[in-house]
Amino acid sequence: MDTNEHVIEVTDLRRVYGGGFEAVRGISFHVDRGEIFALLGTNGAGKTSTVELLEGLARPDGGRIRVLGHDPYAERAAVRPRTGVMLQEGGFPSELTVAETARMWAGCVSRARPIGEALALVGLAARADVRVKQLSGGERRRLDLALAVLGEPEVLFLDEPTTGLDAEGRRDTWDLVRALRDAGTTVLLTTHYLEEAENLADRLAILHKGRIAAAGTPAEVTGAQPSRITFELPEGYFVGDLPPLGELGVCGHEVDGRVVRLRTRELQRAATGLLVWAERAQVALRRLDVRSASLEEAFLGIAREASRNDETEEVAA
Amino acid sequence: MSGASVKDPATPAVGRAVTTPASRMAALARAELTLLGRSRSTIIAAVFLPLVLPVSLASVVEDMDVQDVGLSVGLVLLPAAIGFSLLFGVYSALAAIYTARREELVLKRLRTGELRDPEILGGAALPVVATGLVQSLVLVAGCTVLLDVPAPKAPHLAVLGVLLGLVMCAALAAVTAAVTRTVESAQVTTMPMVLVSMTGSGVTVPLELLPDRLASVCELLPLSPVITLIRGGWTGGLSAYEALGALATALAWTLLAVFAVRRWFRWEPRR
Repeated sequence: MDTNEHVIEVTDLRRVYGGGFEAVRGISFHVDRGEIFALLGTNGAGKTSTVELLEGLARPDGGRIRVLGHDPYAERAAVRPRTGVMLQEGGFPSELTVAETARMWAGCVSRARPIGEALALVGLAARADVRVKQLSGGERRRLDLALAVLGEPEVLFLDEPTTGLDAEGRRDTWDLVRALRDAGTTVLLTTHYLEEAENLADRLAILHKGRIAAAGTPAEVTGAQPSRITFELPEGYFVGDLPPLGELGVCGHEVDGRVVRLRTRELQRAATGLLVWAERAQVALRRLDVRSASLEEAFLGIAREASRNDETEEVAA
Repeated sequence: MSGASVKDPATPAVGRAVTTPASRMAALARAELTLLGRSRSTIIAAVFLPLVLPVSLASVVEDMDVQDVGLSVGLVLLPAAIGFSLLFGVYSALAAIYTARREELVLKRLRTGELRDPEILGGAALPVVATGLVQSLVLVAGCTVLLDVPAPKAPHLAVLGVLLGLVMCAALAAVTAAVTRTVESAQVTTMPMVLVSMTGSGVTVPLELLPDRLASVCELLPLSPVITLIRGGWTGGLSAYEALGALATALAWTLLAVFAVRRWFRWEPRR
């Protein structure tokens, strides 16, 4: 087995719904074997629309998908036994018990693990005889995960796997997903929790209105965004009294009352310049806050930028 | 999440079974059978109603002039009872089941796995179709004993009629589910087929008692050839031409329904 192959390859993918709504507008990415790849985006960004195409549930309206070297829609027989899917929402008959549901699914999955083992993986072994309708939302998500990993798939699609889980359940799911990755499983997940993507993903893509707005490792995506310095101007001082901002490596600033916000791509140089100035002027910088960009800021920044571009486009049109 | 390991499963994957269409449908059918046993309303509608209805109909049929067209009360009631079983036990029940599974997103989930579309619809249909078959056998036994129905003269036609009826009703149930939004509305969307079949397909009133021109139109309704074949199976009064005509009509409806399902069946709820 080639370890460096692209397990998932997506080229210029498009999906248009009946009413003419373009949910996915030409996206390309690839996922390597044994990698956790996160599709990140706000609601309506096109995450689920994309994953459904990768799962082979629908035929793309444009572009090309290869999962394990095959078209997941046209060559489903070659792909399905090797993939596991966790949909965004349940899909279990409410009157079956957990064990009956797992048994049904095990009968439809080649080389299924024993169901007791799969339920134990997600911590549901003790709930085996409970009807699905009596499960909590989090327990249903875990049952869904148990079914997705039942056939020990090579590729795992997880659509918002931790939505509705409490903090502990979320950690448990992350641990399991990491363990699966370490055992060689390729994982593609969607999430709107930035923390989840930052913690779990080896690489990620941020979707915005059906397009990829940014992609890379969490560090790369974050690193492309400016860092931030915030402080309160000392009494009797104005922005003009600061050293020339350009010389500090500041690429943008805002003043809000007495609070100054600086954006910079050279955090150390800007912070040093500012602190040296304050030291020499013998003033205190109250509410000083110096921070690198987090994925959240990157995400919000990208969303802002993308909507600005949309507006420009609309004006131009 | 402890107690089981991701890396070292208790049983190695190599030794485990690969699924086949039959094994997958069996797994699905088993789950559906469990669900059928837990749904009181489905059991009443699908199992008891078809067995009770013909009894209540007996007095009505006794007032008809069925002897004039060479039929006995038993020979009217038996096909009627099987017709009820097909309409309520198979068609209506299955339309509601398909709709319920779609609304619960079960169909969507099943489609993410190895099951193919026909296996999903077929596996889900198996329990009610089997129930319908057993009901038909019970009705035949009951009518034979209680209403002095003689042994069928052309049993192969009756068997063909019942089997085609089962397949056709299952396919029509899927078509109906395609235009049904909720389980509750399935009671309404199944009405046309049920009413048309009861009045026009010889279920309650034998076609022989209708005016010729009306009868020849009614012969083309979906359930008519099924009833004709079953009754003809007992009386032995169908010519080869009539029998083939009924078979062709039943097959045509079944194929039409299958085509409609492939073209228009909805796998996900409308949002």
